[in-house]
Parts: sequence; structure tokens; C-alpha cells
Amino acid sequence: MGRWLARRLAQAALTFVVVVLLLFVLMRLAPGDPLSRLQDGSQMSPEEIAWTRQLYQLDRPMGAQLLAFVQGIGRGELGSSIAYGLPVTTIIRQRLPATLLLGGTVLLLNFTLGLWLGVRQAVRRGSREDRWLTALSLAGYATPSFWLGLVLAWAVGVKLRWLPTGGMTSPLLSPDAGFATVAIDIGAHLILPALTLSAVTIAGTMRFQRGAMLEVLRLPYIVTARAKGVRESAVTWHHAWRNALFPVVTLFGLWLPLLVTGSVFVEAVFAWPGLGSLAAGAVGARDYPLLMGTSLLAAGLVITANLLTDLAYSLLDPRVRSS
Amino acid sequence: MSGPGATVLAAWRDPRGRAGVLLLAVIAALALVGPTLLPDPAVQVDPVGGANLPPGTAHWFGTDALSRDVLARVVSGARVSLAVAVVAVALSVTLGAVVGLVSGYFGGVVDGALMRTVDAALAIPRLFLLLLVLAAAERLALPVLILVIGTTGWFGTARLVRGEVLRLREEAYVQAAEALGGARRRIIFRHLLPNTLGPLLVAATLGIGDVILLEAGLSFLGLGVQPPTPSWGGMILDAKPVLVAAPWAGIFPGLAIVITVLSANLFGDALRDAVDPRGA
Repeated sequence: MGRWLARRLAQAALTFVVVVLLLFVLMRLAPGDPLSRLQDGSQMSPEEIAWTRQLYQLDRPMGAQLLAFVQGIGRGELGSSIAYGLPVTTIIRQRLPATLLLGGTVLLLNFTLGLWLGVRQAVRRGSREDRWLTALSLAGYATPSFWLGLVLAWAVGVKLRWLPTGGMTSPLLSPDAGFATVAIDIGAHLILPALTLSAVTIAGTMRFQRGAMLEVLRLPYIVTARAKGVRESAVTWHHAWRNALFPVVTLFGLWLPLLVTGSVFVEAVFAWPGLGSLAAGAVGARDYPLLMGTSLLAAGLVITANLLTDLAYSLLDPRVRSS
Repeated sequence: MSGPGATVLAAWRDPRGRAGVLLLAVIAALALVGPTLLPDPAVQVDPVGGANLPPGTAHWFGTDALSRDVLARVVSGARVSLAVAVVAVALSVTLGAVVGLVSGYFGGVVDGALMRTVDAALAIPRLFLLLLVLAAAERLALPVLILVIGTTGWFGTARLVRGEVLRLREEAYVQAAEALGGARRRIIFRHLLPNTLGPLLVAATLGIGDVILLEAGLSFLGLGVQPPTPSWGGMILDAKPVLVAAPWAGIFPGLAIVITVLSANLFGDALRDAVDPRGA
């Protein structure tokens, strides 16, 4: 186990190093730098541009820039945002809670409702309910999140006036409101973005759980349990689901990055103050340090998620370690 | 394991696959012929009183805030969306196949370097890769967009093809071809490539849906297809501020996306089950 873990950790570290190199190369592959768009019609004089270049070390050779970049990551720094003039880590820290709240809610929805629906589908395989749920989840999977978000905002927020459609808190909320009031306000703002993101992603969880459950349901021990007269609900949840939950572990690793990436479009629609809308906004400003920072965070999350998935899998199934 | 022809035939026998193919055919036909039958999508039907007209006999899908025919724009948008998706996916599948074949067949250092790069590239979410490259692009022209989408989508395919090649290399007929002194190029193109076409077809079909969604999303963020070229994502972006006055200008392009992506995914699912029946 120790050896397996060491090898797996080294592999993850190597992947992260290649990610850093890849991101750096991608960024520098392009002609010009963040300031080259400024040159004509800009309010900055050539001297000021040269000074800014120096400030962001854009005038130094590639190798020196890469070295500075890597050294910064080593110190836990990601440089300064060009558009905001603040350290990238500070901005990310400000925006991270909103994204974690939205992504966490979506994961919770997918891994409760999605798993439950998937199991129901498997048990009632081929029934009208199974077919409808499959069709609905496939349609959800084909739906652009930003469009569904806009339609929901229009129908539920504007027409029915049931829920707020923008931001994370009401601007009218008094600054000394109690915790419960703030929590209810944030909760109300969370419903539409979370529902939107869940609707377009839940299909994956449902389908996977349905498939895993069908595999288990055809095993002999299920037949034995039924033959012994075990109640059908106990067969489903106690005997079958316990084993059908196992493959779903892989899915969790797959969905964890959703915390950061899935929310780009939904955050843009609902003005949710998270990392996704931050990254999208950084493109127009050519804010490379900010884009690098968010991409690096997302990649780090993916690598960690994969590592944790493998670890969970090896703890549950010793065969993985020996292979 | 049989050739891609048999795979397509099996997918056609699947009702999902047939529905997907037929729907895609209708959409492609509309995209090809539609723009010649409908008004110019750029033309303002009545600049004075023709903005935000609800759907009616004159304009089936209504008009948008600039008094342009929404149906004409949705059909023109189909042309753009499908063209971007088909070319970008062709590019990424080709790249993925080449890298996968090379990596799987030659192995060793080449394989190690390529696969470590693929691992890292797969760890960066595709949307973030796209945002980075688009930020660097000098102009957001359509060919640039296609190139960027195409070159960020091949990593998964490369890994898939490499796996297939590693499996095929152990097959007796490939071993025999090598023992007989067959040229490497001949072995790759005659023996390995044809047998990876089935999985490649699945990856390509499912990739079409992904790319349509991705392009629509980028256009919605203002980073994809640039106006005045009509695109579904761009139309939804345009409709956003006037959604209360003219919801149809945003609802119809969105429905077009859902139907097209759903058709491609239905066909892709049927193909996948035909290639690997265990998943059905």
C-alpha cells in the first residue's frame, strides 16, 4: 500500500508540474503580451507601458519568466491581476466561497436525488417511469446551462416573482441583519442557479447509478435474497445498492471539478460572485495572471479529485493496489 | 469487433440511433437549404415598428430587438453551429487518432512524453484552456475559434486510441504482420487504424454535441462567434436584456441547441452501445 501510494503521489505531482509548464507555454505561445493591445489609442504613454511591462516582468526572457512563475507558485503566490491590481490569490480567496457554496449544493443534489432516481430506474427497468426519466435526463444533458438559467430566471423570477434572479444577497439587506436572515436571503438566491446547474448535470449521475445497479441486480446473491423472501425494498437498498454505490465513487472524482468549472455560465447568468464569472471576465481584459491562477486551481482540483478517487478505490478494493 | 459499417448499421437498428440520425438529417437539410428560402438574417424587416414582434404568420418565431426575423437567424445559426462543430471535431479526432497511434505503437519515451502531456491537458478543464487561448488570440475570427476548439478536444481521443492500439498489438494478426517484416506505416494504417474506427466514430459523434454546447456557451460569453454572424449562443446573449419584452428571441435558439445536441447524443449513445454492448 505504501509503495502504491508513493507511486500514485509522484504521478500526481508530475502531472501538476506538466500542467504548470503547459499553461505557461500556452500563455506565451500567443503573439504579443497583455499590454500589446493597449499600444494604439491607449491613454498610457509608451514610457508608462514600458514601466508596466517591467513591473509584471514581461520584458524579461522566457526562461526567467518561467522561473519567476514557478518560484511564485512555490511560495504560494500567483502574481498580480492586471485588471484588478490585486494579488491573484487574494481575489481567488474572495470569490471561492460563492463557488464552493453553489458547486457544493449542486453536488449534494446530484448525489442524493440523482442516485435515488438512478436506483428507482434500475429497479423499474423498461417501465414508463424509467423511459421518461431517461428522456428527461438526456434532454437536460443537451440543454445549455445559461439558456435554462435565463428561461428559469424569466419564468420564476420575472413572471412569477417567486425568487431573486441576480447576485448572492439582496442589496436591500440591512448590514446588521442576523445570521438567520442572511442565510435565508442567500438560500433564496441560491435556488435558481443550483437548480439550473443540477438539471444539466444530473443525467450523468443517474445514468451511472442505473447502470451500476442493473449490473448488481442480475447477480445470483440477489436472486438468493429474493428466494429467501427478503422484502423487495430491503433487497434494493440493503443488498443491491450497497454494492452498486461502489462504482459511483469514481463519479465523485469526476464531478468535483464541477465546483469550479461548471459554474462559469450559470454564474454569468445569475451574476453569482464566484470564480467562474471571474475567469470569464478575465478573458476580455487579457488578465493572464488571473486566468492562470483560476486554471491552475481548477487543474489542482482535478488532480486531487482523481487521486482521492484512486485512494478510495484502493481502500475498498485491494486488487487495485496489486495491479 | 467489426468494422465501422456494421457499427453504424447496428446503431441504425436502435430506435434511439435512428431518431438521432433522422433528426440530424432534417437539421442539416434545413441548415443547407433554409437560408435560401428565408429572408436575409441580417435584414431589419421593419426598423420602425418591427422590433420584438411576437410569433405570428409573417414571422413564425417573431422578431428580435433589432427587428430581425428570428426563424431566419435560427436557421442561419444552424449553419454556423454545425460547421464549427463538424470541422472542429474532425480536427480533434484526427489529432487524437494520430497521437494515440504513435503513442501506442512506438511506446517507450515517445509514449511516456505524449501521455504525460495528455494527462496534464486533461486535468485542465477544457473551458479554462479555451478561455486562456481565446484571451491570447489577436482576433476572434471564425477560423481561429474552430482551430482553438479543435486543438483542445483531442486529449481524450488520444488516450482512447492508444489503449485500443496497445490491445490490438497483442493480437495474433498484428504480431504476424510484424514477424513477417511488414513496414511500420503499413501496419499502422492497414491493421491498427481500421480497427480503431468504431471507437473513434463514437468519440466524434458524442464530441459534436459537446462542441455545439461549448461554442454556444463561448458565443453567449461574447467570446465565440462574433456578430453580425448569427449563432445560437450569440442570439441568446442578444436576447438577454430584452427577455421580458421578447422571450421568443431567446427561447427558440435555445430549443435549437437542445434538439441538435440531443440528436447527436442519441446517435452517439446508440453507436457506443453497438461498439460495446455491455453498457446498454
